[in-house]
Amino acid sequence: MHIYLPIAEVSVNIFLLFGLGGIVGVLSGIFGVGGGFLITPLLFFVGIPPAVAVATSANQIVASSVSGLFAHLKRKTVDLKMGWMLLAGGLVGSAFGIMLFNYLKSLGQVDLLVQLCYVIFLGVIGGLMLIESLRAIRRARKSGGVRRKRSQHNWVHGLPFKMRFRASGLYISVIPVLLVGASVGVLSAVMGVGGGFIMVPAMIYILGMPTKVVVGTSLFQIIFVAGFNTLLHAITNKTVDLPLAVFLLIGGVVGAQLGSTIGVKLKAEMLRVLLALLVLSVCGKIALDLLLEPSELYSLSRPASQGGSQ
Amino acid sequence: MKQLALIFTLIACTLWSVTTAQADEEIVLGLSQDKVAITAQFDGSDILIFGAVKRETAIPDSDLDVIIAIEGPTGPVTVRRKEKKFGIWINGAALEVNKAPAFYAVASSAPLGQILRRIENERYAITIDRAIQSVSATVQFGNTQAFTEALMRIQAENGSYQLLENAVEVDQQTLFRSSISLPSNLTEGDYSARIFLLRGGHVVADLKTVIDVRKVGLERFLYNLAYEQAPVYGLLSIFIAIVAGWGASALFRLIRDG
Repeated sequence: MHIYLPIAEVSVNIFLLFGLGGIVGVLSGIFGVGGGFLITPLLFFVGIPPAVAVATSANQIVASSVSGLFAHLKRKTVDLKMGWMLLAGGLVGSAFGIMLFNYLKSLGQVDLLVQLCYVIFLGVIGGLMLIESLRAIRRARKSGGVRRKRSQHNWVHGLPFKMRFRASGLYISVIPVLLVGASVGVLSAVMGVGGGFIMVPAMIYILGMPTKVVVGTSLFQIIFVAGFNTLLHAITNKTVDLPLAVFLLIGGVVGAQLGSTIGVKLKAEMLRVLLALLVLSVCGKIALDLLLEPSELYSLSRPASQGGSQ
Repeated sequence: MKQLALIFTLIACTLWSVTTAQADEEIVLGLSQDKVAITAQFDGSDILIFGAVKRETAIPDSDLDVIIAIEGPTGPVTVRRKEKKFGIWINGAALEVNKAPAFYAVASSAPLGQILRRIENERYAITIDRAIQSVSATVQFGNTQAFTEALMRIQAENGSYQLLENAVEVDQQTLFRSSISLPSNLTEGDYSARIFLLRGGHVVADLKTVIDVRKVGLERFLYNLAYEQAPVYGLLSIFIAIVAGWGASALFRLIRDG
């Protein structure tokens, strides 16, 4: 059964969209990430124009994050104060990111920017996460389950404008919090992702937040940033495809619920190794696309008023 | 000298007969549908084009051939070429094509090379390469041909440009019919259908009609909303996402709690 997508102007199999949404939903439920870094490349792959894929996945991320957030609110694993601060930085970053995206689109280099962002950020984060979590597993085996020390003292603690975050048990400067929020905002606008995959490690390693509140807090912040991106893409580019988003998110929210059930059963270190491997494999795929000679050297694009690029 | 004069008269005679044939034969056309409605379930559409040749005089001796050209809405397209820079493949040179149709199909009763003279093709702009115009861009780049060829190749691969030789059936030099399938990734707009009758490589009659391709129903509503009420559309998208996310988590809690 096919559906014609009014904004993307292509006809796609409904079950394929349910499937894509579902797979990404399961992964996002397990790992507590929005799954945008997976869904955007997958949408390219099924023939959705890149501009539409980036904008629509932002909308889908809103749904899957809302679905995940409710579970965390119930478990009281959301640091709302931290979330609002991250969000303040995030909205500024996101507005800047959209401007950058539109500027590079006019130069015809937006694909390159998106791909390079994916390769660099997924590569660095995936690599660091893999090394760190493998080390943690080895340490846990040796000494019979000693956990990583939670609050480390690093450069972050020397900055001014300190603020108390009760749910995280932290007393730190707001500057790194705002900066983390803003950089995630830029990335999420450019890459069509929620930014969970960069937010989660940044919260753990830079801000020193306890792991249990990290996922819920990042989901909280992602909802607003992704929502803001959806709105900006809808107004400036007119590339949000509502039916596409609806089919993806039906699959996605169901998958996310299944995923969070699976996630509870896996060990935290094991979870991080798996997420790292997933991130690295997406990174490797995109890097190969840049390095290997493409089979078709030419590409076509129509001006935005003609219904996106092809 | 006498021979030359004879040749000239012969040419004049043939020319005269061609012009009279042109006046004699006329196309009477039918379409299975002159409107294509793009609904949510739209998955491509076949258009049956059929017709007859109306003539007052006897059927001429030469063979009758038919070419049908369907052209979708045209607009500018940018063709970019990837180049290897700093070890990676990035977009380099680009060509702005002023006028390229979103869809183009040519169906003919025999291979085009045999039935259509070049000069007639120039005049009526029948084949795909004639329908694409990149006039202003030639000033900027030396070799535009590689770019326009790439445009045609990419569009042919995704079914947007079709060349269907021998796809028009001609019966008794009078009836013709052909079926052209419009792909599922159709852009809306006015599609022009042109029908040419040919004898000896020359166009003896032609006719143009319009097929109206439009999004309807929900597709129409969403498209208009997205373009005319963008903020409302954006907020609606977010609202639906939030409701769906909340609904799913509420539903699963219900299921888990029994």
